[in-house]
Amino acid sequence: MEKINQILESILTINNLTKKFGYLTAVKDLSFTINKGNVYGILGPNGSGKSTTLGIVLNVVNKTEGNFHWFDGHTSTHDALKKVGAIIERPNFYPYMTAQQNLKLVCRIKGVDESKILEKLEVVGLLDRKDHKFRTYSLGMKQRLAIASALLNDPEILILDEPTNGLDPQGIHQIRQIIKDIANTGTTILLASHLLDEVEKVCTHVVVLRKGEKLYSGRVDEMISSHGFFELKSDNQEALISILENDTSFGSIKVEGALITAFLNEPMDAKTFNKLMFEKGIILSHLVKRKESLEEQFLQLTDNKEA
Amino acid sequence: MLRLLQLELQKLLLNKSSKVLIFISFILPFFVLILSSLRINFFNWFTLELGHYGLFNFPVVWHIVTFFAAQFKFFFAIVVVSMIGNEYSNKTIKQNLIDGLSKKEFILSKFYTIIFFSAIATLLIFIITLCIGLYYSSISEVSLIFRDIEFLLAYFIKLVGFFSLCLFLGMLVKRSAFALAFLFVLFILEWIIFGIINWQVNSDVAWSIHNFMPLQSMWNLIDQPFQRIAISKAPNGQNFLYDFAVHWYEIVIVLAWTAVFIFLSYRLLKKRDL
Repeated sequence: MEKINQILESILTINNLTKKFGYLTAVKDLSFTINKGNVYGILGPNGSGKSTTLGIVLNVVNKTEGNFHWFDGHTSTHDALKKVGAIIERPNFYPYMTAQQNLKLVCRIKGVDESKILEKLEVVGLLDRKDHKFRTYSLGMKQRLAIASALLNDPEILILDEPTNGLDPQGIHQIRQIIKDIANTGTTILLASHLLDEVEKVCTHVVVLRKGEKLYSGRVDEMISSHGFFELKSDNQEALISILENDTSFGSIKVEGALITAFLNEPMDAKTFNKLMFEKGIILSHLVKRKESLEEQFLQLTDNKEA
Repeated sequence: MLRLLQLELQKLLLNKSSKVLIFISFILPFFVLILSSLRINFFNWFTLELGHYGLFNFPVVWHIVTFFAAQFKFFFAIVVVSMIGNEYSNKTIKQNLIDGLSKKEFILSKFYTIIFFSAIATLLIFIITLCIGLYYSSISEVSLIFRDIEFLLAYFIKLVGFFSLCLFLGMLVKRSAFALAFLFVLFILEWIIFGIINWQVNSDVAWSIHNFMPLQSMWNLIDQPFQRIAISKAPNGQNFLYDFAVHWYEIVIVLAWTAVFIFLSYRLLKKRDL
């Protein structure tokens, strides 16, 4: 029972949020809720309103219509933000201050004890560079300092907007590892990205946006009501195709060279299917059951809405 | 309040260029001291010794020192516009807000800093003037020494008003250099408006409107002291009589402008998408 209460504890609630920049509607009637303990992804192509939405809830962009509230709705936004850790786009610090001085300033803003500074610098691996000025840092180090800064107050929720943007592969790997470590500690995370594999690797829930509109919000694995598909190869290809076409369990069938892809209309596991084929006298040389990757699901979702 | 002041002081004092400018703006008034002790010998013809003209006697010394010291306010004005300009160019204003500083607190932290530095500058001028005055004048009566001390209050109000204007211009244009240019444009604009009214109506109306404009109202707080010196020297000085006193309504006008500038800065930030 206690666990259920914990799950339902909401951190951020957004209701019918709309943002217009002149004639352009960047966010259109958006509603979703973020609950404690989950890792959320906001997915969408560039210009879909991800950063604008985050900007609104982070008090730097003014909403046009709608409302949002943090936690139980009784704290003002700027007070709530003291319990939030966020980094938006590129890391913004005072170039003439050292890492430690910059974090000290953040501590003063958030009202956090300064003893956390060294601990968080250690987490992101910048302890040996703490007395170097921010302007001497590489982009990867700047981004890691931003994460350290966001963690200073041991936030209830960590908001990351495109955290790996512009980094080299090594930097991307470092940041992802840090995010995974933080997720493992049970911190709620909201990750905005256009990189699908990034979201797929760490998120449990996802909100999909396109042109400011919400296409989907919910669990990653329930994004499309799909039972998955089989990838098949057989020497007797024509017979196999005719069987599949006459079976109502299967929807569309795609043939690419020797590879046949058969989409399921109802649940069926690979063992049952293999047995069925064997009974019909067809021997498979290749059988894989797969679910759509997030990328395929995402494209399917955005395509459907376009049509 | 202390938290907000500490925040801003950390931002300013760790920055090398603003540290130098703040240092200069506090040091420069001391040159009045040097000036006062100046003895210029013109090829043995005569010696110009400013101290001997009674310029540094109480109570006129309050007027003279505050007037000249107020001309050095530009150095801290640069600090004020750059403390806004830097926040925008480094995008740290955005990060500050995300970290949980409210927009109101952001403006207040700047305003408290302005008051803090104006207060320090006023205190320094108080000490300097007291030293000069005590050295040059033979007056030891306390009531005479502190006559005209309202010039010190006027000096403080003048600084706060002027820096608030700089803060507003900084918020308006987001770039330090443009904000300073704007200050100059405002100065010209005030005189153009004066000129137009003077030409279309008459000079009385023009002056009375001009006295309400931001820069002119700040200037009015401490009138130029030259005429006052001339009066005290001339045998029939009553002919040049003019009103050099600090009036309550002059203070009220500048305080009103200060409130307007701070409020407008806040409104500007509140309406803006960062």
